[in-house]
Amino acid sequence: MSALVFTLKEQPPQRCDLSPLTPDRLAATRDIARLEIQTTKRRLCAGDLFALSGDDASDVRFEGGSERFDGLGAGMSQGRIAVIGDIGQQLGRGMSGGMLLVNGSAGRLAGSGMSGGRIDVEGDVGDLAGAPLPGEPSGMRGGILRIKGRAGARAGDRMRRGLIVVEGAAGEAVASRMIGGTIVCFGPAGPRPGYLMQRGTIILGHGADGLTPTFVDSGVHELVAMRLIARWLIDEGIEGGSLLAHTMRRLVGDTAVLGKGEILVPPEPAGLAGPAA
Amino acid sequence: MPELIRNGVAIDDTFAEAFGMRATGIVITADTPEWAHQAAVTMTGFATSVIASGCEAGIDSELAPSETPDARPGIRVLLFAVSTGALETQLQMRVGQCILTCPGTACYAGITGEEQIKLGAAIRFFGDGWQIAKRLGARRFWRIPVMDGEFVCEEKTGLTKAAVGGGNLLIMGRDRLSTLHAAEAAVAAIAAVPGVIMPFPGGIVRSGSKVGSKYKALPASTNHAYCPTLKGRVDSALTPDVGSVLEIVIDGLTDEAVRAGMQAGLAALCALGAESGLVRIGAGNYGGKLGKFQYHLAELAP
Repeated sequence: MSALVFTLKEQPPQRCDLSPLTPDRLAATRDIARLEIQTTKRRLCAGDLFALSGDDASDVRFEGGSERFDGLGAGMSQGRIAVIGDIGQQLGRGMSGGMLLVNGSAGRLAGSGMSGGRIDVEGDVGDLAGAPLPGEPSGMRGGILRIKGRAGARAGDRMRRGLIVVEGAAGEAVASRMIGGTIVCFGPAGPRPGYLMQRGTIILGHGADGLTPTFVDSGVHELVAMRLIARWLIDEGIEGGSLLAHTMRRLVGDTAVLGKGEILVPPEPAGLAGPAA
Repeated sequence: MPELIRNGVAIDDTFAEAFGMRATGIVITADTPEWAHQAAVTMTGFATSVIASGCEAGIDSELAPSETPDARPGIRVLLFAVSTGALETQLQMRVGQCILTCPGTACYAGITGEEQIKLGAAIRFFGDGWQIAKRLGARRFWRIPVMDGEFVCEEKTGLTKAAVGGGNLLIMGRDRLSTLHAAEAAVAAIAAVPGVIMPFPGGIVRSGSKVGSKYKALPASTNHAYCPTLKGRVDSALTPDVGSVLEIVIDGLTDEAVRAGMQAGLAALCALGAESGLVRIGAGNYGGKLGKFQYHLAELAP
């Protein structure tokens, strides 16, 4: 058994839906080349875009990606997909298990609604990482989404459970409408973090800029919980965990709604940038 | 029947009779080993016997910061009871009254078991709505706001139905003080065995009991056959040279753990020898009619 490799022959002429190409579904497919991946009325099969080799559906590799490739890893529950190249929208949408690695950048809605498993993106992700699609009551419900580059706006929107780590900079309104879970941003975050958050934990390594006035400063605390979070990150192979301090300033909010969430920032500087303009 | 003698100390040809029990464990951490210890002794103080303490509890081991979930000094405590319901109730009550209340502590699962019982899941209501749940991977913790900061308590801990309670050694010596010194040495040896506790004060019970009493209200009464001041007056198990008797009770997470504890205790006593004042070593049983587990001294003696 050798890894099942999809080698990109040419750039896709349309946006593609790669959701049939998960370990779960590939294991049950006899003729992989005939799997249809088009999103327009022009038929496009996997074999048209990719040269195929190997047979182990639990170890899938893509040599070459495209920002027109949507839904990669959607609904996967087991196995491994690795991509060398960029990816489009809804990476790992609704994933419940397995491992998804992107050696490139991903578009918006990466990890949308995931409930388990692990996604690692070496580059950047677009807006709304982990977020729900319109009409869904909650976003990410479990699993780990790690972004080594930057995240766009509203990473972790409506997050309910699980872990998001952004090692680069994060856009505005990180963890907007958060319901629970944990998001850690090692780089700077844009204004209005935790906008309308109910519960959950946002850790901002660079402090909170443009914090909405509905957050209150409960002061500096030495938290045992920070030790546990740091330890968990390290156990999951996220080395930045060792940089997390145990003493943090705790900003409680968003008091415009339930207000039982927290944004944890380094204790100094004591003066935070004022309310969002 | 030739008597078994080690270093001048006679070892009775008898066995300890022990019972299946339910057990659980927790890890208590604090800012210093002294505070972890304080929390542990407060929690396990009034937990000497299921006869009237609700459960039997004690310290299993001390843990270095590298061995605890939050990298702070810790202590592992074990609790034993006759039923799952009693165990759960005792655990939650004691954690709520003795660990939650102790400065700087946190509380985590101490054993993995076939089942799980509620730990922080019961304590969390003290937070009056301000408590926070935090799931980290497969483990879930409650963070309860308290006056010194937050009390972190893991949601559940393990329960084992393979636990054994009532392993015991009867230490018979010439006088009270030399018997006590011998028992202390045995306690130190047994304390080093993992997965066991000795629930009585300092690990030793001076008032070993028998089932039943002339008083209908009492389930247990003094084991008169082993009371030295009643020698000659009752049907005594003691020989004239025995002036004092102390008992060590051993509860363990497994049959093997209790066996190892009894072995360690016996070895320590035999090493002391007759010159320490020790005369005989025995064990308590009910004729093998009540308990599922038997620990024969002849098999365990060094």
